[in-house]
Amino acid sequence: MRIRMFFRILRAAISEIFDESAYARFLARRGTVSSVAAYAEFQRETEQVRARKPRCC
Amino acid sequence: MSKIVHVLIWSAVAAAGALSIAVIALRRGESISAMWLVVAAACCYSLGYRFYSKFLATKVLVLEPMRATPAERLENGRDFVRTNKWVVFGHHFAAIAGPGPLVGPVLAAQFGYLPGTLWILAGAVFGGCVQDFVILLFSVRRDGKSLTEMAREEIGKVGGFIAYVSILGIIVILLGVAALIVVNALKGSPWGAFTIAMTIPIALLMGLYLRRIRPGKVLETSILGFALVMLAIVSGQWVSQSPTWGHWFTFTAPTLAIVIIIYGFAASALPVWLLLAPRDYLSTFVKLGVISLLAAGILLVHPQLRMPALTRFIDGTGPVFAGNIFPFAFLTIACGAISGFHSLISSGTTPKLIARETETRLVGYGAMMAESLVAIMAMIAACTMQPGVYFAINSPAGIVGAAPEAAASTISNWGFPVLATDMAALAHSVGEQTLYNRTGGAPAFAVGMAQIFSRSLGGDAVLAIWYHFAIMFEALFILTVLDAGTRVGRFMVQDALGHWWKPLGRTSWYPSILSTSALIVAAWGYFLWQGVKDPLGGINSLWPLFGIANQLLSIVALCVATTILLKMGKARYVLVTLAPLCALVGVTFTASWHKIFDPNPRIGFLAHARQLLSQMATAPKPGDLTKFIFNDRTDAAVAGFLVCLVSLILLESILEWARVLSGRKAARVKESPFVPTRFAAEEG
Repeated sequence: MRIRMFFRILRAAISEIFDESAYARFLARRGTVSSVAAYAEFQRETEQVRARKPRCC
Repeated sequence: MSKIVHVLIWSAVAAAGALSIAVIALRRGESISAMWLVVAAACCYSLGYRFYSKFLATKVLVLEPMRATPAERLENGRDFVRTNKWVVFGHHFAAIAGPGPLVGPVLAAQFGYLPGTLWILAGAVFGGCVQDFVILLFSVRRDGKSLTEMAREEIGKVGGFIAYVSILGIIVILLGVAALIVVNALKGSPWGAFTIAMTIPIALLMGLYLRRIRPGKVLETSILGFALVMLAIVSGQWVSQSPTWGHWFTFTAPTLAIVIIIYGFAASALPVWLLLAPRDYLSTFVKLGVISLLAAGILLVHPQLRMPALTRFIDGTGPVFAGNIFPFAFLTIACGAISGFHSLISSGTTPKLIARETETRLVGYGAMMAESLVAIMAMIAACTMQPGVYFAINSPAGIVGAAPEAAASTISNWGFPVLATDMAALAHSVGEQTLYNRTGGAPAFAVGMAQIFSRSLGGDAVLAIWYHFAIMFEALFILTVLDAGTRVGRFMVQDALGHWWKPLGRTSWYPSILSTSALIVAAWGYFLWQGVKDPLGGINSLWPLFGIANQLLSIVALCVATTILLKMGKARYVLVTLAPLCALVGVTFTASWHKIFDPNPRIGFLAHARQLLSQMATAPKPGDLTKFIFNDRTDAAVAGFLVCLVSLILLESILEWARVLSGRKAARVKESPFVPTRFAAEEG
């Protein structure tokens, strides 16, 4: 049970780090399904935030 | 669990920690197992987290589990999102972990493993973790405000302005130094240069694949990108051995510097989705994998530390960089112990994801502990090498000589035996023409890491692959910092210039994009060029300058934290931030004084300029000396300027503390009002 929980959280962390969760939230918010156009729109929306995010030394 | 068992367990942890530190500190003249460092770190972090962070959480900061966080109150599904604490932990760790905790400890290993290790452990537990935790919480209580905004609101307008200039300054210097590390790792290395060059088309391909073929499948795309990078590493061997291709990918340091400057400019101006985002994903993927792999390798191989606990260079005459343990060891290792840059992350994306205030302890304090453990691993990787090999790789030609025999002889005379033939064999086994004068820490770390990896998987036959894998990892890591940093710097300049002339503030207007990108790239490019041309390897001048800038930013963060604590009526606990603040003021101000005014030309910028000035009359090329003199004076001016700025914020903070403590000013913090959480039932 705990191992399953560990892997669930690990999967969720990876999805968050790699913005897959953010994209899923975007699709849910817009009530749409994944497509080339939807992803391009998601990237436009997140571009300003991503471009301002520093990477630490 | 009964209280007695609890006490017994923690007593055992404390005893194990004390024993490990005693072994690390007191063993002389014999090598010790790296596991002592791992155990000492594990015990220190466990005790620090269990007791000190709990004290901070309950007594000092008084975390409020019933208070709604901005992720709950302002939830918008975009940047404000309630997120599982372990997920935020991973996200925060991925953002704070950069090349710093890998490179800093490798450079500081010239003093031996003891000073750096002790500073990493104490600095993290009492400084870095506290700073990250406190700033994260304060940002959470202010709707996720940035450090600059908090400085302006809690200290004053000058504080906000200084925080802005310090951040811009540190970004510029950091990028210059980071680029220099890549140049030193890739110069004369066709294998390494080919692999890194290939990561650019791979990233572009990933960007297109993600956008056109499999929208949103980032992990899948990253795995694909990683497979292609591995293919590039393996092909790199063939390229390096091919007389035609090998020649094409063999670059001198100045050529590489120009290529990286052009790359930085392009990365800043190209659309984010095309290059920056996929590189970032690829870099994060490789970073998390390599850190886990290195931890597993160390646990599996438990190598011996060959570097002594203390070397003769504690007297300040070290070849890697000049200067005494105090203050330079504390400056060299920043990110593994305390780093001002982290306060930008703690007051950036992370506070907007925190679901409960109580989780700031795990995310802020805990993630920094993990980062500190990475620094310990880097220290181990550097110290498992033969010391002679370590110094041969990290010493500049200006100190040990350019010829292999001369360098080996000089290093052996220091008491660290190394043979030119052994160095040639090592270079051959990692697929390089030479490993001499590879200053910057990255190649030394790559050799140490490759040796650990090859002992756990594949043996000597794959040492070259592991070495180039490590070089690729570090360069990819650093180039991602370069991409992101240039763009962040560009936005900061655009924001500022937009106040003066509105169109310049428009981030999508190409004349503004190109001119501000050029400005930022020229600024860090200047430091890179200076480092490349420096006969002492550049790291001797630039890494301390970067350390000063980074730690000065920490001073800004700790000033903000101390001011808020006093305004919260927590004067009796103010030492938790005031003590690290005083320590950092001591370190950075002393280091700055040395770097500017020290009479030793290897340490002081001005003394070095004077020395060069005295050589002008007899120099064959006085023009070169004029440039070096200008560089020295610029470095001195930059260090002096940053110190003056931070002195102002310190002064402004002290005046604010005096006003609050004397009752002349009402102690009022500018927090968002308390709103009870709707998720109270989840608690406990």
